[in-house]
Amino acid sequence: MVPPATFASYYGRPIVKTAPWERDIPAYLFLGGMAAGSSLLAAGADLRNLPELRRVARIGAFVGGAAGTAALIHDLGRPMRFLNMLRTAKPTSPMSVGTWVLAAYGPLASAAATAEIAAMMPRRLPIAGRVLALSARPAGVLAAALAPALAAYTGVLLSDTATPAWHAARRELPFVFAGSAAASAGGLAMVGTCLEQAAPARRMAVGGAVVALVMEARMERSMGLSAETLHAGTAKRLMNASRALTAGGAIGAAVFGVRNRRAAQVSGVALLAGSVCARFAIFEAGQQSARDPRYTVVPQRDRLQRAANA
Amino acid sequence: MSRWTRTADPAADAGWKNAPPRKGFFTDSSICIGCKACEVACKEWNGIPEDGLEMLGMSYDNTGSLGASTWRHVAFIEQPRRAVAASGLTPLPVVAARPGENRSFDGAETGIRWLMSSDVCKHCTNAACLDVCPTGSLMRTEFGTVVVQDDICNGCGYCIPACPFGVIDRRQGPPGTRNVGIAQKCTLCYDRLGDGMTPACAQACPTQSIQYGDLDELRVRAQHRVDALHAAGVADAQLYGADPNDGIGGAGAFFLLLDEPEVYGLPPDPVVTTRDLPAMWRTAAIAGATLLAGAAVAFVRARS
Repeated sequence: MVPPATFASYYGRPIVKTAPWERDIPAYLFLGGMAAGSSLLAAGADLRNLPELRRVARIGAFVGGAAGTAALIHDLGRPMRFLNMLRTAKPTSPMSVGTWVLAAYGPLASAAATAEIAAMMPRRLPIAGRVLALSARPAGVLAAALAPALAAYTGVLLSDTATPAWHAARRELPFVFAGSAAASAGGLAMVGTCLEQAAPARRMAVGGAVVALVMEARMERSMGLSAETLHAGTAKRLMNASRALTAGGAIGAAVFGVRNRRAAQVSGVALLAGSVCARFAIFEAGQQSARDPRYTVVPQRDRLQRAANA
Repeated sequence: MSRWTRTADPAADAGWKNAPPRKGFFTDSSICIGCKACEVACKEWNGIPEDGLEMLGMSYDNTGSLGASTWRHVAFIEQPRRAVAASGLTPLPVVAARPGENRSFDGAETGIRWLMSSDVCKHCTNAACLDVCPTGSLMRTEFGTVVVQDDICNGCGYCIPACPFGVIDRRQGPPGTRNVGIAQKCTLCYDRLGDGMTPACAQACPTQSIQYGDLDELRVRAQHRVDALHAAGVADAQLYGADPNDGIGGAGAFFLLLDEPEVYGLPPDPVVTTRDLPAMWRTAAIAGATLLAGAAVAFVRARS
């Protein structure tokens, strides 16, 4: 159906409110995704005896998880009350679900990374070192078991709102974010790992990039009117940059990254940047769709019209 | 707690035993005179801080919209009479507040039709803000209303984009401002209700445009009012939020409007976003499983 050319509004003011979230939240979407993908790589590398890949991925998972958590707390209106997140558990709140996943994931990823760092120290810790070494594998595998939830729930976090573009993207957004998580984690591991051990990271990066690109294109088709917000302004520039960086990084990883360490690193950085741009693009598109009442009124009017016609 | 099935009795559903009848507002915009007594009474009773004094260029509305420090908001819409006539809308409220004052505001003198309506939190039967709140700060009261518990909210802000009406917001202001950084909205004067009193806005309303009472009774009263207006020739009078089968399960605070909802800044067909949440969780589960499978495939044949 062609949307009406004009629509009524109250002095052009927004109907729904924009999320009061700053850059912390899209940054967290990236960091949490990168952490999740890294934990999967780390567990695979651990089980397949690829120590260099394992080390890079475990440390990447820890840094991403810790920085992401810090960003989440920083974004709160009352950061000192962040523990109130844990006073209840609600499946109707994706943020509650995500908090519990992150609360379980964080210590596990930290334990695995701490073991890695302890092993790099010139002096071994006598008892703590052994405990860490023994706990690293179970902790890392459990972190990897939680990682898919950590990577995908953020799609629901954004979609479960009245923000027109985010809610309209609900069928594809978890796939876009999960793919982006894999691409960024693969990219990070390609930057820090020798070519011989990086093959799984390259495969994960390419696979994630393909899923992210394909599902993002599909998302724009199913979003309806609010897809416009990805085709204008800051969101458009970011999404174009994301596409170019993700596609370029994936091609680079697959074609040149197999034999050339420098090419692998450049591709890895491109994939990381592509994931950052995708998260910020989708975040910004949603905020823009909330600022303009057109994206609230016109689809709802269409829906009423369809119901009346049926 | 979690609620996947939709309900007609939100207080009982939230676990209240022997809950009193559900309370609500019926805001009849056809007799609103735009005095803003509701805005003032609300601010005074609830101790809400000043949140900006600006000229907005929107008729007599310098309040703008509902927000953390605006829990009642009177909208003013000046519609040019010619445009009203061309659109086929009824050019007026014909019915005045008191008998004998049946003066027409149809714009014969001013050339406009002037719509006014006092907006407020809808206290939805299926409230998205409450569903998505991760701390449990937003809760359902025994009166079936939705309130923020100030001492629990940590200002995550999730309720704000979740609300299909753009009602709730996070309070901003200099440090020391009461409840700064946390989500705030109309409580339907929870403190007054507990004492058997009428909410401040309804108490202050001089025309009974804002009526407070048992929701069941208000719905009947509103239907009589809209029927009377239709009989009087006000064909575009419509109830908004009164239908328990709408996308939010019906509002606890509903309205009689004289034009389409979006003219007043209200969404024409609001739907609680969590209605789609089970499907969204399924999508995320498939996406997560895909990621796990992809990671496993990436390690096939990989060994140092």
